[in-house]
Amino acid sequence: MPASLTSVSSVTSIVIKGGLVIDRSGEHMADVVIESGHIVAVGKDLSGDLVLDASGCVVAPGLVDVHSHLREPGMEEAETIESGSRGAVLGGYTAVVAMPNTMPAIDCASVARDVLAGEILTPMAELAALGINLFTDDGAGVQDPAIMRLAMEYAAGLDVTLAQHCEIESLSHAGHMNEGAVSAKLGVAGIPAEAEELMVSRDIALAKLTGAKVHFQHMSTAGSVELIRAARATGMSVSAEATTHHFTLTDSCLESYDPIFKVNPPLRTAADIVAVKAGLADGTIDAIATDHAPHTPETKERPLDQAPPGMLGLETALALALTELDLPIADVLRLMSWRPAEIVGIDDVHSGKIEVGAIANVCVFDPQEEWTISGSAMASKSRNTPYEGRTVRGKVRHTIVAGEAVVIDAEAQR
Amino acid sequence: MGATHLLTIDDLSAADIDELMRLTDSFVEVSERRIPKVPALRGRTVAFLFYEDSTRTRLSFETAAKRLSADTMNFSVGSSSVSKGESLRDTVQTIQAMGVDGIVLRHKSAGAPKLITQWTDGSVINAGDGWHAHPTQALLDTYTLRQQRGSLTGMRIAIVGDIKHSRVARSNAAAFTKMGAKVTFVAPKTLLPSSLEPWDVTVAHSIDDVIDEVDVLYMLRMQMERQERSPVPSLREYTRQFGLTAQRFQRLNDDVLVMHPGPMNRGVEIAADVPDSVNGLVTDQVRNGVAVRMAVLFKLFSTTSDPSFSKPTIAAPAGA
Repeated sequence: MPASLTSVSSVTSIVIKGGLVIDRSGEHMADVVIESGHIVAVGKDLSGDLVLDASGCVVAPGLVDVHSHLREPGMEEAETIESGSRGAVLGGYTAVVAMPNTMPAIDCASVARDVLAGEILTPMAELAALGINLFTDDGAGVQDPAIMRLAMEYAAGLDVTLAQHCEIESLSHAGHMNEGAVSAKLGVAGIPAEAEELMVSRDIALAKLTGAKVHFQHMSTAGSVELIRAARATGMSVSAEATTHHFTLTDSCLESYDPIFKVNPPLRTAADIVAVKAGLADGTIDAIATDHAPHTPETKERPLDQAPPGMLGLETALALALTELDLPIADVLRLMSWRPAEIVGIDDVHSGKIEVGAIANVCVFDPQEEWTISGSAMASKSRNTPYEGRTVRGKVRHTIVAGEAVVIDAEAQR
Repeated sequence: MGATHLLTIDDLSAADIDELMRLTDSFVEVSERRIPKVPALRGRTVAFLFYEDSTRTRLSFETAAKRLSADTMNFSVGSSSVSKGESLRDTVQTIQAMGVDGIVLRHKSAGAPKLITQWTDGSVINAGDGWHAHPTQALLDTYTLRQQRGSLTGMRIAIVGDIKHSRVARSNAAAFTKMGAKVTFVAPKTLLPSSLEPWDVTVAHSIDDVIDEVDVLYMLRMQMERQERSPVPSLREYTRQFGLTAQRFQRLNDDVLVMHPGPMNRGVEIAADVPDSVNGLVTDQVRNGVAVRMAVLFKLFSTTSDPSFSKPTIAAPAGA
């Protein structure tokens, strides 16, 4: 779309007209003017060079995903930073934390970094000096408690957050789905809830010992939610995320044996969904993450036990949260925008406020518009959405990243 | 059968199973002829796609297909492009393109037969998928019991051994209960599925708890090769708790039937002489396996191609 790109680039100001502004301070009807990367005016009857219609829409701070896999470098056939970013902005995201389980692992100046590739500490201080303040072992939790203790002690001194993938591998590694009645019937090796809960429990204990800030990634079980709730009640500084699929899909999806539903941690039970939703509602779980994990069609056509885990999420998360969570829009935005920005430590540029002077990271969406999810319509290079054909409510209309309108009328501009 | 595939016992109603049993009767009769062959599936082609070693199931299916005069196509992992890394989808589509009416699949991955139904127009018959299902084994075992006692209604059947990793146990429990039998799983907890919710069965943790109250002892092979961490301390201890030893065999009521899907570990789960005793049904199982698979092939392929074959009487003498 070179023509529109040129026209957008040449504009000096953008006005978002007629929307309901919802941010962490509250909500009110207002136009928003953006110029030179910043919000320069919020009020009635404002004008600008490029007019973005927001009638019937919510004008919100851009979404922040604490957990995505963009596959570059190493697996560009599944996703690239370009295709993943395009999907992200179409989903309303203005910041995405790319997980480092790439090939090779992202190990220098990126947002996140493999803390412990097995058994050695990462140079966190060097990386922290580059502005990195979230360290993760995603994809493979640190198994050795002594290594985790060292990492936490070291991290505590640097005031960085450790994001932990919680899974005791000796309990989980042979499994391909949640362990329970469904896996028993299907004859598929299971992953018990306890594989996650034991490590959550261990890391809460170690965080208490060391004073480290710990962020628990993709919490999937009722037991995990309860452990975190109890830890927070004692005043500990722990945070947690849950993925969209862990509050929208259950292990009964696997009765089809379709690897599209294979993910790690695995889809759990209806009771776990209830607990995760309750955790999101009462703030026990701070953030909704996508765990966006693109895989090529051929790998997702293998038998269930041979297919890789993971599903797409960036282009569907907001709609699913609006549709499936019985929460006010402001609460959904807390879970998807400003709380995750705080956890990642980018709340300076993702302040969660639509106010004069703020960097213009803005998401405009129609909370009522219904649409049907289709993998082939997505920007992602992969097609592995588990929601094919599902009708959802809430459609992103415009996305502005650092003052640039990258999505206009649900079309990516580059 | 309403379905065009046979993937699990769940695809069948009790009435469907009854119908297959009656059909099997007529094929048992065919098998006893001097020339045990009928032209029922002449012109049909069945492909055998075996990703896992299986001498007896494969031979049984092949014999069944040949006795029905079907053409067969063999595709085994060792001698095909599968060993060169071809995907399951490509393999199935290749076979499909050659023009087959159905595929008999054995695969180590649970769910593989269901997966391939989307890539073929033909019928898919599950010849065993991982720990999941082995429906023709369950049908031949049901037939064998029916042959002995007329009906499974009220029959007390203990399935003994490694239930957790056994597709035979899963399918047999489903078939036996569907036909009115009362099934007990007998195993240490390490060899039971993580949940028993899917089956209407009771559980015992020692063979001695059930031995005086059963009509059938169905002994499973102790499959040490599938287990990373040994679920029992030793085979010796397993035999002590769960083996049908000579002493236990002496204790059995005279009319208790003993079954095993093979291959047997004589001396581990079953004492050496038991299978060959008058109570043992192992050779009946194997013999009936051919007739049951003839019934399944006939039912699936005759109805999908030529309805006039759907009556068992069409299976008339070929060489007569």
